[in-house]
Amino acid sequence: MSEKKTPPDINALMQAIPYARFLGITVDQRGNEITTVMHFKEELIGNPVLPALHGGTIGAFLETTAIAQLAFEFSEGDAAGSALPKPIGLTIDYLRSGKPVDTYGRAEITKQGRRVATVRAEAWQDDRSRPIAAAHGHFLLKPADDPAGS
Amino acid sequence: MSEDQISEEHIALMKDVLIQHVPHARALGMNVVNAKRGEAWLSVPYDEKLVGNPQTGVIHGGVITSLLDNACGIAVQLALPARMSIATLDLRIDYMKPATPKLDLTAHTHCYKVTTNIAFVRGTAYHTDEDDPIATCVGTFMLAANRAVPMPISPEAAAEAIKFLEKNKDGKA
Repeated sequence: MSEKKTPPDINALMQAIPYARFLGITVDQRGNEITTVMHFKEELIGNPVLPALHGGTIGAFLETTAIAQLAFEFSEGDAAGSALPKPIGLTIDYLRSGKPVDTYGRAEITKQGRRVATVRAEAWQDDRSRPIAAAHGHFLLKPADDPAGS
Repeated sequence: MSEDQISEEHIALMKDVLIQHVPHARALGMNVVNAKRGEAWLSVPYDEKLVGNPQTGVIHGGVITSLLDNACGIAVQLALPARMSIATLDLRIDYMKPATPKLDLTAHTHCYKVTTNIAFVRGTAYHTDEDDPIATCVGTFMLAANRAVPMPISPEAAAEAIKFLEKNKDGKA
């Protein structure tokens, strides 16, 4: 038996966020890795002619993926009880048009400071080596005046 | 009226084509408030389903991303001499402050440069005062991105697209 901390239930955390639920985002949690999934539905379409996912939904999905990764690494047990990291800035590169199918996301924390974390996130559909979008952003972990953040 | 002004009919067309035929824009309740050559003002009404932090009731950053992305796309369409398909290349968003719960969001975007292949656009999201922004963005769009029919579409293409989506409804998760 290891002494490792209980992994937080990130899917439960996501389901508590109305907008994540609205986009149909769930979290597949396996051991020490999480993959976010945005289940396709018509409301996610931005261009009905191609058809293609709305760029905004892909951006929102990558942002949510980054937040999920931060919550996964920085919270214990009841993740829903702790404060969510706040986005400071996010840059999204749109690489391919998003097809009307499920989208998967993974994020990686590049650098973690006391107050700010830098995160990279990637979204793909049927082939992970052909991502549809990538993002990097900064997130505020704890407010400056919060002693818990020190 | 200067030639920079867009007619009421043109705004109505924008609303119809770029909002009513874009399922995600419709799902968020997006609305074209105003438009002129190269510039667009869009709004999203506050809704509980768009909340990102259930403890505070603050709207999710992703809603602002969607609003700015859509508003940037419309500003680009309004800057182009002819309608063509466009695709977001990149979009950078800076969040200045959290949105205030219960208040509607507005975005003002400006396409300030169009080259042969690329359009450059920037924008601001705010509640009532543009000088007190919630978020700002800067983005680039690829022009004539697809050989497919451009976004502002004919009724036939729209009907075909809706048919396609109906057909694929069963396949959705």
